[in-house]
Amino acid sequence: MFATAIIVFREVLEASIIIGILAAATRSVPNSKRWLSAGLLAGLAGSGLVAAFTDVIGSLANGIGQEIFNAIVLGIAVLMLAWHNIWMSSHGAALAASARSVGKDISDGNSACSVLLVIVGLAVLREGSETALFLYGIAASNDGGHSSMLLGGLAGMLAGIAVGYSLYAGLARMPMRWFFAATGMLVLLLAAGMASQAAHFLIQADLLPSLAAPLWDTSAVLSESGLPGMLLHSLVGYDSRPAGMQIVFYLIALFAIFTGMKWVARSRQAGIKK
Amino acid sequence: MKRLLLITLLLPLAAHATDAGYKLVIIDHRFQTAELTIPTGTKIKLTIENQDATPEEFESHTLNREKVIAGHSSATIYIGPLSPGRYPFTGEFHESTAQGVIVAQ
Repeated sequence: MFATAIIVFREVLEASIIIGILAAATRSVPNSKRWLSAGLLAGLAGSGLVAAFTDVIGSLANGIGQEIFNAIVLGIAVLMLAWHNIWMSSHGAALAASARSVGKDISDGNSACSVLLVIVGLAVLREGSETALFLYGIAASNDGGHSSMLLGGLAGMLAGIAVGYSLYAGLARMPMRWFFAATGMLVLLLAAGMASQAAHFLIQADLLPSLAAPLWDTSAVLSESGLPGMLLHSLVGYDSRPAGMQIVFYLIALFAIFTGMKWVARSRQAGIKK
Repeated sequence: MKRLLLITLLLPLAAHATDAGYKLVIIDHRFQTAELTIPTGTKIKLTIENQDATPEEFESHTLNREKVIAGHSSATIYIGPLSPGRYPFTGEFHESTAQGVIVAQ
């Protein structure tokens, strides 16, 4: 039961953290919660489909279909997070200031929100399909102890959701002057971590060279099977044995999005001064 | 020029040699080859065949690999190049029984 709880917790954690951070970051964007929920539902429905067709996806492209699928999902998520974060860096403060008043903000906010739907949908899709497969495996096996294992799965799921919610609640309590910097930074690291994961899948599929594997090994100090490592993995993309190529992807995503945020923020400031 | 041509001709062969690869089979939530020896310093192709009806997730933190394998199907992953050592792996969905280790030497 305990093992089941941990596995489900690990799968749920990442999606939960992404939703928690995004929900906090877009707290002042009108209708954002509705779009997040829609993304969650779409992701759940999609993960059922992906789970059902795992064998089909897996056998595509000579057995590396799963890696390509994951890399594409992660790649789209990174692009969306980048776009969203750059958008927030110029509109976020303004939205919070005008405090859900003007109609223009709502139409403006809608385009940003549709991106939320896609990001959350993709995050849930990836992690949810693995959880669905795992739970299906338990339910389908003939040995006893189903109910206790499924109970463990439920406990793990609730614990994962609790982490995401605490993150949201903690961020929501943060003073306004740090809030946008903090959520912006978290989304930035989230996106970089996903870029590194995408590289990881492409290396596993032999579509990218690993460039030194592993580049370092900190598993003795901070293992990903422990809770701190697990959390850091989901939050900032921590990997105890990353390939060099993963770091390349991580840094490129980090630098590109950061530059985009700074650039947009500055051009907006210049626009206001005029 | 001749040498270049020869090398070009041999390239597909070389690629094919690594493609032959290694295989693991999962039956009753166990890896039938619990210990797989592979050479160091070269990338290998590993095929994992899951003969069970239920899905399994091949996972190894030391190898930095994870992959879900649906029931009654096969999956391919690439591993290495590795330095000498023992690299344990598990079937995450049935961790109590599905255990194995890749030995690079």
